Amino acid sequence: MEIVMSVLAGLLFMTGVYNLLQKQLLRIVIGTALISHGAHLTILTMGKLKDGAAPILTDGVENYTDPLPQALILTSIVISFGVTSLLLVLAYRASKINHTDNMEKLRGNDYE
Amino acid sequence: MSNLAILPILLPFLAGVLVAFFHKNLIASRIFSIIATVIHLALTIFIFMSVQESGTYVLEVGGWEAPFGIVIVADPLSALLTMTTAVVATAAVIYAPKSLSRIQEEFYFYSFFFLLIAGVNGAFLTGDLFNLFVFFEVLLMASYGLIVLGNGKAQLRESLKYILINLFSSMLFVTTISFLYSVIGTVNMAQAAERVGEVEQQGVLTVIGILLFFVFATKAAVFPLYYWLPSSYTVPNAVVSALFGALLTKVGVYSILRTFTLIFNYEVDLTHTLFIYLAMFTMIFGVIGALSTNNVKLIIAYNVIPAVGFMLMGIGIFTETSIAGSIYYLVHDMIIKAVLFLLIGAVTYAAGTSDLKKMGGLIHHYPVLGWMFFLSTLVLAGIPPFSGFIGKLLLLQGGLNQEEILIVIVALISSLGILFSMIRIFIGGFWGEADIMDLPKQKPSLAAMTWPVGILLSLSILLGVGAEMFYPAVSSIAEYVMDPELYIESVLKE
Repeated sequence: MEIVMSVLAGLLFMTGVYNLLQKQLLRIVIGTALISHGAHLTILTMGKLKDGAAPILTDGVENYTDPLPQALILTSIVISFGVTSLLLVLAYRASKINHTDNMEKLRGNDYE
Repeated sequence: MSNLAILPILLPFLAGVLVAFFHKNLIASRIFSIIATVIHLALTIFIFMSVQESGTYVLEVGGWEAPFGIVIVADPLSALLTMTTAVVATAAVIYAPKSLSRIQEEFYFYSFFFLLIAGVNGAFLTGDLFNLFVFFEVLLMASYGLIVLGNGKAQLRESLKYILINLFSSMLFVTTISFLYSVIGTVNMAQAAERVGEVEQQGVLTVIGILLFFVFATKAAVFPLYYWLPSSYTVPNAVVSALFGALLTKVGVYSILRTFTLIFNYEVDLTHTLFIYLAMFTMIFGVIGALSTNNVKLIIAYNVIPAVGFMLMGIGIFTETSIAGSIYYLVHDMIIKAVLFLLIGAVTYAAGTSDLKKMGGLIHHYPVLGWMFFLSTLVLAGIPPFSGFIGKLLLLQGGLNQEEILIVIVALISSLGILFSMIRIFIGGFWGEADIMDLPKQKPSLAAMTWPVGILLSLSILLGVGAEMFYPAVSSIAEYVMDPELYIESVLKE
């Protein structure tokens, strides 16, 4: 199961990086979202996908799931959610004011 | 007493939230912010003093014991850096009203400012790799707010690139942490250090270390990853640039220093030698960048890069002397970069342009500003007896003792290049005929801008002239940093 998840995370990274290298701003934003999904899946996989009881101490249970990766993912998802929404607003505003969403034309020059 | 450790994070955070409630009332926000930063400064000085006296403070948040819960660790290195941050923050907040426009100030400048400080302090104080990521995000979020403050065309354009590169490196950071977790099963720095030590950093752990280095190198603007820095540090307001230049890259350098002296210190031949070469290229390319442009703000922004090279050089050489040099240089550079960005803000404000070719003769109108700029040039380039010299002396000493001749030569030549790039601003901007620029008849007064910078500058000069006084503290911190057992013991209490 871990192998499948790793391959999936790899695919997400791949498509994410491909989108990140595009010129259109919206594609880049989608690329970052895909990369962060890949990263979150990696955390989940790296904590080992164990079957087991909820990590609460009870009698007669020996096999617990690892709660730490889940806590880490939750934090990381919230952060990337915030950053992605900020990035979307900013991309909208930047393309409005600069009259283009093409990164090639957003290079800028020295004196501004 | 261990609760003291979290106060440098909590105080600016609360201040940032509170000041948001009356953001339209500028007088109240200014007074509130100045009071809060001064309290913060006093607090960090107190923490530094008591850490020097009675050893590291460790706060186990919520009473959960060290490897399981979150720890906040105020050790000598962190305490020193939070204190320096507080000094820079105090000067910046006094300088801010003159430099910002009314709209910029009203639109939550002070909130973002305090959240930035909270994030920076958090990154310095945390004892847990995942929380390092979280505090990185806190300070980056605040910096995203600050970089677009003013809503200019260029600002929006550059902030996009700034956010993208930081977002990408943050995701790489999370992925690297998950790799590390899968190998050693912990994110607590002290326990990670212990476990990496048990297996003497075999194979894959070194790879993870290098990955982690590249994450921090992106934040710190080390050689192959510095391309985002110059333009994104040029576009925002001068006070924002000063905060960025003084604090953000230094957080990256601190993280490299922390992880590669504490956790990944077993394959020194591989990792630390890589640092030396990267440091060399960082210096060379930074200086070339600084010499290549006539935009004064861009010259200063490029000067951030070779400084990172100097600090990385000390970490790469990895002896007690060179680490002491790195720490001295870190403190020196935080202060002097703030001085330079703030001064250049005053210069462009007075001249009305940032193009060196259109400036000239400013010293006739603003003699104080001119001489302050000249002094800070000397401090930055490391002319004895100023503070840059002490840091560089220690670094070069460390390099010569380890027979790393090449990096020493490159460091000396790039110091010369830094001096040349700064003197170019002085000659082009301050010398020459007074009437080359059509300045307005009523010259704007710069007193409100120069005196906070003056305080910082005199502190920086004191750091050099009074090296006798400061050196013992720095050298004891270097001794502490080079002995990871001390950190592990104080956190895990074994």
